[in-house]
Amino acid sequence: MSASKDDVILQMRGITKDYVMGEEISHVLKGIDLEVKRGEFLAILGPSGSGKSTLMNIIGCLDVPTGGEYTLSGKEIASQSETSLAQIRNKEIGFIFQSFQLLQRQSAFDNVELPMLYANMPEKERRARTREMLEKVGLGDKMRHYPNQLSGGQQQRVAIARALTMNPTILLADEPTGALDQKTGAQVMELFHQLNSEGRTIIMITHDSKIASHASRIVRILDGNISEGALEDA
Amino acid sequence: MRSLAIVRQSFKMSLQNIINNKMRSFLTMLGIVIGVAAVIALITIVQGFSDSVVSEFSDLGAGTLNVNAYGTVMKQGLTENDLKELSTVEGVGGISPTVSLGSTAVFGKTAYDDVTVDGKSEIYFVHNDIITAGRGLNAADIQNQTQVCIVDDTFVKKVMLGHPVLGSVILLDGYEYTIVGIRNTDNTLMSAFSSSGDDGTVIVPYKNALKMTGNANVTSLEVYVAEGYASSDVSDNLSSVLDNIYNNADNSYAVINMETLMASLDSILGMLSTMLAGIASIALLVGGIGIMNMMLVSVTERTKEIGLRKALGAEPARIQLQFLLEAIVLSVIGGILGVLVGLLIAIVATSLMDTTFIFAPNAVLLGLGFSLAVGIIFGWAPARRASRLNPIDALRAD
Repeated sequence: MSASKDDVILQMRGITKDYVMGEEISHVLKGIDLEVKRGEFLAILGPSGSGKSTLMNIIGCLDVPTGGEYTLSGKEIASQSETSLAQIRNKEIGFIFQSFQLLQRQSAFDNVELPMLYANMPEKERRARTREMLEKVGLGDKMRHYPNQLSGGQQQRVAIARALTMNPTILLADEPTGALDQKTGAQVMELFHQLNSEGRTIIMITHDSKIASHASRIVRILDGNISEGALEDA
Repeated sequence: MRSLAIVRQSFKMSLQNIINNKMRSFLTMLGIVIGVAAVIALITIVQGFSDSVVSEFSDLGAGTLNVNAYGTVMKQGLTENDLKELSTVEGVGGISPTVSLGSTAVFGKTAYDDVTVDGKSEIYFVHNDIITAGRGLNAADIQNQTQVCIVDDTFVKKVMLGHPVLGSVILLDGYEYTIVGIRNTDNTLMSAFSSSGDDGTVIVPYKNALKMTGNANVTSLEVYVAEGYASSDVSDNLSSVLDNIYNNADNSYAVINMETLMASLDSILGMLSTMLAGIASIALLVGGIGIMNMMLVSVTERTKEIGLRKALGAEPARIQLQFLLEAIVLSVIGGILGVLVGLLIAIVATSLMDTTFIFAPNAVLLGLGFSLAVGIIFGWAPARRASRLNPIDALRAD
């Protein structure tokens, strides 16, 4: 794999994250090096407590590292203000959460439209894109439904549509099938494959090696250290 | 343009959240509604009352001084000579002695024993346009102590109903008086202070009335200020003459300047209005605290939502704007309702009190301004708290 430098959209060098808990300092991330290229489908595999959630938060610009360098689409993240971090999240990251995280009092349409509101996109464009995205995930007939009128799989697809609207650099999924049964989980994975084949970069965090095996590349995280490579055990 | 769209969006979201919590929003709003309604109602009612009082005072009071001559042990009241002297004081346009007593009037074979007899001079009719039929008193009536009288509407209704009034003869204190004029009933606010008989009022030449009382001298008079003179100056002039008449005896007389009275009454009512509005605004303060409380609860409840919005790209300022607008919308809606309720209360109260309802745009602006300020002041801290939530903690919350 000899990709050009331009293809690297995410680069981490010696990322550390410490939490102070009372008198003790816990080192959650102990120097992570990671590179993600455009178009990759990467799974970050690790058990709970391995630091994978913290890593995800840093990748998603929800949190800043204690040490090290993190560059996303050419921007150094550590030096950004709260406001620019919000704007980076808006444009670069499409979040998909385990528990969907939809606004319960808003329709599927309004949920998908939300990131574009924060991007101050003109209304006409917003509506057109919202429709396009919901149709893409197969919910063109359920745009006015509220989350509680949708199944888990459908809700996750709304969340995926929402994650895609801003055409983000990275689709960042945190246990995307964790709250779904096998069948709907498989459908979501199918959708991920389809998006990846269209050139979408996907980073998926999971503890489930079966799910991770859907990815084209897997890195394992354990006790705050990352190691590249295929699985040795399940 | 862009920032306007942001405000509009945030406004829409705020409205949606208020609608989602109808009951709670309404109860929170209630504090503001009560506060603003109280301020508006009190200001409007007091203003209406004060306007009524002032207009009545100026009806009968402008350019008029009242002199009460209590006199001394040596010299009671004012003699004819004193009156002449007073009428030549600089700035005096005319004086009208006032003698008032309760009496019995007999018409036909019936006696009416609750009649007020007012003794006046012809000057009184020059300065008070009250005759509705016939004539007032003239100088000859006073000079000759003619037995003529002017009756008011009440008297006509109670005593003369069904009979011709002008030219009829009634018995007052045993003397025959011919009715030569009719006046409208004195129903100004001031008349409430002087007791008027249930069977009406009869005006006779003051000397005739004096005779009925058995006193030799006049103790009360109205002084009309001549054109171009200030009431206060004329009041001073009168005082120096009266000091002379009574040898500088203490408490022998009083000169009452209606304009001064009116001015001080006006300022008292103004103070009252401000004070009441101040007390009412305590309710606004309490309402504001209610809003702050609800917003804090709302921020806590919606921690997860705030986290999600932040993850999706909502900037801190955007979150703050949304919550601030929510507080403002809440309190301004409360303010608008409060203005309406307040005006309604004022309309009902003024009609019950029989004073005029005067729409006070200042009070309305004050009420709306207050509610806006309350929204901003008490919405600020919760909105700031929301904007500072850490998105990770917020997302994790359940």
